[in-house]
Amino acid sequence: MHRSIRAATLAVPATLAASAPAMAQSLDQTINDGFASATGWFVSFIFSPFPGTTFPWIVAWLVIAATIFTVYFGLIQFRAFPHSISLVKGDYSDPNDAGEVSHFQALATALSGTVGLGNIAGVAVAVGIGGPGATFWMILAGLMGMASKFTECTLGVKYRNEYDDGTVSGGPMYYMTKGFAERGLPLGRFMAILFSVFCILGALGGGNMFQANQAHAQITNVVGEYPGWITGIVFAGIVFAVIVGGLKSIAKVTEKVVPIMGVMYVLTALVILLMNANMIGWAFGEIFRGAFTGAGVAGGMVGALIQGFKRAAFSNEAGVGSAAIAHSAVKTKEPITEGFVSLLEPFIDTVVICTMTALVIIITGQLVMDANTGMYLLDEGASTIQTVDGNKGVALTSAAFSSAFPFFKYILAIAVILFAFSTMISWSYYGLKAWTFLFGEGHTKELVFKVIFCIFVIIGASASLGPVIDFSDAAIFAMAVVNIVALYCLMPIVKRELESYMSRLKSGEIAKFH
Amino acid sequence: MSRKIVVGYDGSDSAKAALDFSVSLAKAQGGSVVVAHVLEWSPYSFLTPQELEERHKRRGEELERAETAVLKPVVDGLSDSGVAVSTALKYGHITETLCKIAKDEGADQIVIGRTGHSGLATRIFGSVAGSLAQAAPVPVTIVP
Repeated sequence: MHRSIRAATLAVPATLAASAPAMAQSLDQTINDGFASATGWFVSFIFSPFPGTTFPWIVAWLVIAATIFTVYFGLIQFRAFPHSISLVKGDYSDPNDAGEVSHFQALATALSGTVGLGNIAGVAVAVGIGGPGATFWMILAGLMGMASKFTECTLGVKYRNEYDDGTVSGGPMYYMTKGFAERGLPLGRFMAILFSVFCILGALGGGNMFQANQAHAQITNVVGEYPGWITGIVFAGIVFAVIVGGLKSIAKVTEKVVPIMGVMYVLTALVILLMNANMIGWAFGEIFRGAFTGAGVAGGMVGALIQGFKRAAFSNEAGVGSAAIAHSAVKTKEPITEGFVSLLEPFIDTVVICTMTALVIIITGQLVMDANTGMYLLDEGASTIQTVDGNKGVALTSAAFSSAFPFFKYILAIAVILFAFSTMISWSYYGLKAWTFLFGEGHTKELVFKVIFCIFVIIGASASLGPVIDFSDAAIFAMAVVNIVALYCLMPIVKRELESYMSRLKSGEIAKFH
Repeated sequence: MSRKIVVGYDGSDSAKAALDFSVSLAKAQGGSVVVAHVLEWSPYSFLTPQELEERHKRRGEELERAETAVLKPVVDGLSDSGVAVSTALKYGHITETLCKIAKDEGADQIVIGRTGHSGLATRIFGSVAGSLAQAAPVPVTIVP
């Protein structure tokens, strides 16, 4: 399966590449080859298909989990949706807790870790390979993923560590150890260690290299080709200044600008959709036709489904366990409330933002269709759909938006860089939490991880997209393997919390403050 | 009749002027003074994961600093003034929180100092004095 993603590598204009210094290019090449050979076996294992099919077991794993949580909690994502909004607005927050982490803040921080390239580049990869139909499966995966997120974030808050000095630490490592012990289950500690290892790899992969890589691709898209390690060193320097030097100002600016960029992205997409309002019906028609018939895309209906599910999971991280770390600092007496709030995350990330990207790509006619047969034309390798200018990944999204607003290319470049940066900061924190869980806290130990993290920024910017995206996906999905096993074991605890909370909400024991 | 005055206090010179005014008013009318200090805070601001982790700890530190550096010197300084002084320390939007304190304390008026800015910044961001005058549930006195 991962072969076909590799084919989605951003097209590097050969003429430009040739003009760059040969030595620098060979350094990029060395990093690239070394990286690909070191991680290949891991990638092959995670994405190995069921025997005799092309369907990767890991995709089934995520979908089945999301379905089970959805059924087990009785469509919680739809039942609790209005209450979730109410919680985020602060209706149930005690005014005397002002100054503590609010539901909104926990959600916003978690979102700034997930909203990013997955929504811009990932969707383009999905639609480029799986056709418009991939969008349908992506939305479905987003809706189901809300239940996974609900489960893991409730547990994240319930089993967080609150230290004497007032700081809090939470995440799958803690619910695996404490939750398993509470239920008398074995192997909690083992699972926590395994999860931490994968979390560190995920932080270095999807949370770092993929971001650096696509940020570099986006910069070269605007200013022309130059060696990746230059971008890498600049990015690594800034990340270093923030996570090691404690340079709060950069992080503060990013945290302020990223939400604005996110809103602007969605608004621009909406404007483009309104400009083409007469085509929205057609676009949804294409999405449904593609979702169930395959409509001549690579791999047919199954191809669309795999791409949709895969990109959704990579984008909203439902079931991966990362969100459980971000959400655990909230101030609440009821862990379940953060579960309710967190279920909005896949909704905003996937159902709203990813769908916008997909619709804009489809509506602006980026995918080349045979006018006579209504089938999408495939590239030479027959692995991806032909696009108007041969764009793939983030360049495809950029072309789609620019076709309506030519200057949007520059705004998108800035947005991608900022999204990439905020995602890196978030993941450096997730990785660090896993690292300190394994090796203990301490200045030197933490510094070692932070330096490793910065080195991987350089590697990520230098390597080509294929190996980076393969490894990033593999590491993040490996987290999901361990995390979801833990969620299955602990979901009765969440159910108990849910029933208790719901009955108190009904009786009026839990009431609004305003 | 005992009159209660809420004075918005942040340690600045104009706030000190407002405090002096309130104390002399309370003395003349036989009332009491509530020294209110508001720590600007929005539940809708954005924080990094690191800041989230440390928020509870920082909040404790901020409250303690405000208590010892801002409010305690005032209370100590007024201990022999013959006026009953209490304090209120809250997080929130300054105007909204002052209004809420006035309501909760059952105060008769709010006294604040003014910063004296009337330029562009005020045009864009508004001023506490201006919005308080619009929103307060009780009469507001602005001390120059």
